[in-house]
Amino acid sequence: MSELFTDFFLLQDPNVRWVLAGTILLGLSAGALGCFAVLRERALVGDAVAHAVLPGVCLAFIFTGDKDPLALLIGSVIFGWISLVVMDFIIRNSKISADTSIGMVLSVFFGLGVVLLTYIQSSGNVNQSGLDAFLFGNAASMLPEDVMLFGFVSLMVLVVIIAMYKELKLVSFDSSYAKVIGYPLKRMEFLIATLLVVTITAGLQAVGVVLMASMLIIPAAAARYWTDSLRVMLFVAAFVGGISAISGSFVSYAAPSMPTGPWMVVSAAFIFTLSFFFAPARGETRKWIKRLNQKQKIRRENILKTLYGLNEADGKEEKVRTLQEIIKKRRMEKKTLKRGLSELEKSGMIEHYRGRPDGFVLTETGRVEARRIVRLHRLWELYLTEKLEIAGDHVHDDAESMEHVITPEIEAQLLKILENPESDPHDEKIPY
Amino acid sequence: MSESAAKVKGAPPVEVHDLTVSYQNKPVLWDVDFELPEGKLIAVVGPNGAGKSTLIKTIMGLIDPVSGHSLIYGRPLEQMRKKIAYVPQRETVDWNFPVSVFDVVLMGRYAHLSLFKRPKKHDKELAMEALEKVGMAEFADRQISQLSGGQQQRVFLARALAQDAEIYFMDEPFAGVDASTEDHILLLLKELRNHGRTVVVVHHDLQTVSGYFDWVMLLNLRLVALGPMETTFTKENLQKAYGGRLNILSQVIELSRKEDFIREPGHE
Repeated sequence: MSELFTDFFLLQDPNVRWVLAGTILLGLSAGALGCFAVLRERALVGDAVAHAVLPGVCLAFIFTGDKDPLALLIGSVIFGWISLVVMDFIIRNSKISADTSIGMVLSVFFGLGVVLLTYIQSSGNVNQSGLDAFLFGNAASMLPEDVMLFGFVSLMVLVVIIAMYKELKLVSFDSSYAKVIGYPLKRMEFLIATLLVVTITAGLQAVGVVLMASMLIIPAAAARYWTDSLRVMLFVAAFVGGISAISGSFVSYAAPSMPTGPWMVVSAAFIFTLSFFFAPARGETRKWIKRLNQKQKIRRENILKTLYGLNEADGKEEKVRTLQEIIKKRRMEKKTLKRGLSELEKSGMIEHYRGRPDGFVLTETGRVEARRIVRLHRLWELYLTEKLEIAGDHVHDDAESMEHVITPEIEAQLLKILENPESDPHDEKIPY
Repeated sequence: MSESAAKVKGAPPVEVHDLTVSYQNKPVLWDVDFELPEGKLIAVVGPNGAGKSTLIKTIMGLIDPVSGHSLIYGRPLEQMRKKIAYVPQRETVDWNFPVSVFDVVLMGRYAHLSLFKRPKKHDKELAMEALEKVGMAEFADRQISQLSGGQQQRVFLARALAQDAEIYFMDEPFAGVDASTEDHILLLLKELRNHGRTVVVVHHDLQTVSGYFDWVMLLNLRLVALGPMETTFTKENLQKAYGGRLNILSQVIELSRKEDFIREPGHE
């Protein structure tokens, strides 16, 4: 395995060099361009166009009798364009919804392509072998001239994206505004669509029509999890596309029966999954941890409040409180209570006496913290009854959740407008 | 990008001639004809579906009319693009889009930048100034999804201010904003007016119309009235604008709709 690895990455095999160069350029440009497709909510259109170029490829082959890459490029660009025009025409001139129109164009054009493909294969043309590779791609069969043409196309797409970054950004974010300040909106839309069509065409041999849209969509979708900046998103998406290209090519090199294109897609999907869960900016794990931390914090604060309440009731601050006592005062599951207590013990808020009775006592820091929580609760209750005129018997539950959220700044404001009150609506003392 | 032509001397900032607009055979504006004065704060008022937004969008070239045309300072819109700034309704864009507050405001400067040109230091300074004016300077680096409704509106306003135009079209800038934002926006509108800019605002709240604006346009499918607040914002005119659809006109329109008589507007 490691030998394969070094062989591959030292680029000894000229064939590997070509394939790798072609797929990486494709990954970069599809990733970056895909950001605009995804942000403009045109991902499905990309998929439809990718499928719709198949008849163009087949017709180019029928007319030239050869797999000349330039002819294939022209054929597929033409059909990509036709499909866009047809989709647009249906949406504008009928009551058929956009997704129905996209779905119809995708399947009808693809169906036509498969019909032509079947015709070619039964025609007995010796050159036709490998044409079905356009369905799922066959990167290994790419010739240097293919790579040069399609790589050049990918490169041009990247150049246009960089040169027109400002314009693409504005048109994607707010096309009406772009039009009002005088942007040639129609020409811009035409340009974006053309970039889409040529990128898809450039990916035909490596990835194939069926899967090409995923190289546009998935890297962009993954990149969105890493950043809130369009510029960074473009780089990340291009990077994801490039990495997917390298790993797809490597898998197919290590196991020649494995196809490059589908493995590129699988790699991109893998990166997407990682991003979805673990991206620090917007990933799910971060949200999940945040929620968990919040839950634990609320639990700890509730226990402190309960211990404070027990002390307040009988005035014995030093008394050891047993689990039963705590649960009696505030109903919660024993398991959660124990977990919360051990967290509090670790942070020095309470002490655990393992004697008779076995129980817990607030430390000095714990008492300060407990007072703070009870104070916020009672201040909030007072605020609701006095300033918002909510009946006193209705405010407890509202205050229950707010005490965990109120910041020191808001506390200061509350104290100011309530003029440092002595007691809450239930005549309980507000502890300072 | 369109080149900016000089104003025609003495021409009003906006003139609209015989404008008729329809959406899918449903007329929304019928033979509207007017001129707007320069340097005034003008409210466009009318019931729901009266065609208020449609009117300003048509003047800005976002919607093609069935018939009629409008001029900006006596010239076709295409020559005068840079003189027009637009504050759209907040809901028209995706606020999850990965751009910062500053990015959005800087877009106001794009009107003055030719294709391929990146914003210069000068543009960035003007954008920052505009943000300061709307009281959002400290939010410059925030992602726009983190803003409240009132803050979003301020950002859109800052973008228009950064553009430094002569005519401002605003689509309900006061909708759904908090009281302090409302006061702030009004202050900025008055400042624009005091600098001789023409500000056209689609407005919903009849209570505040006379206090906020200099001129008022009452609209309901057709132009009901247009003029200075004192003489135009009258009970009689309001009744005309809000008191049900105009009978015979709506009947004729209904008929023409059935007959497929009204042509579809040309598409954008």
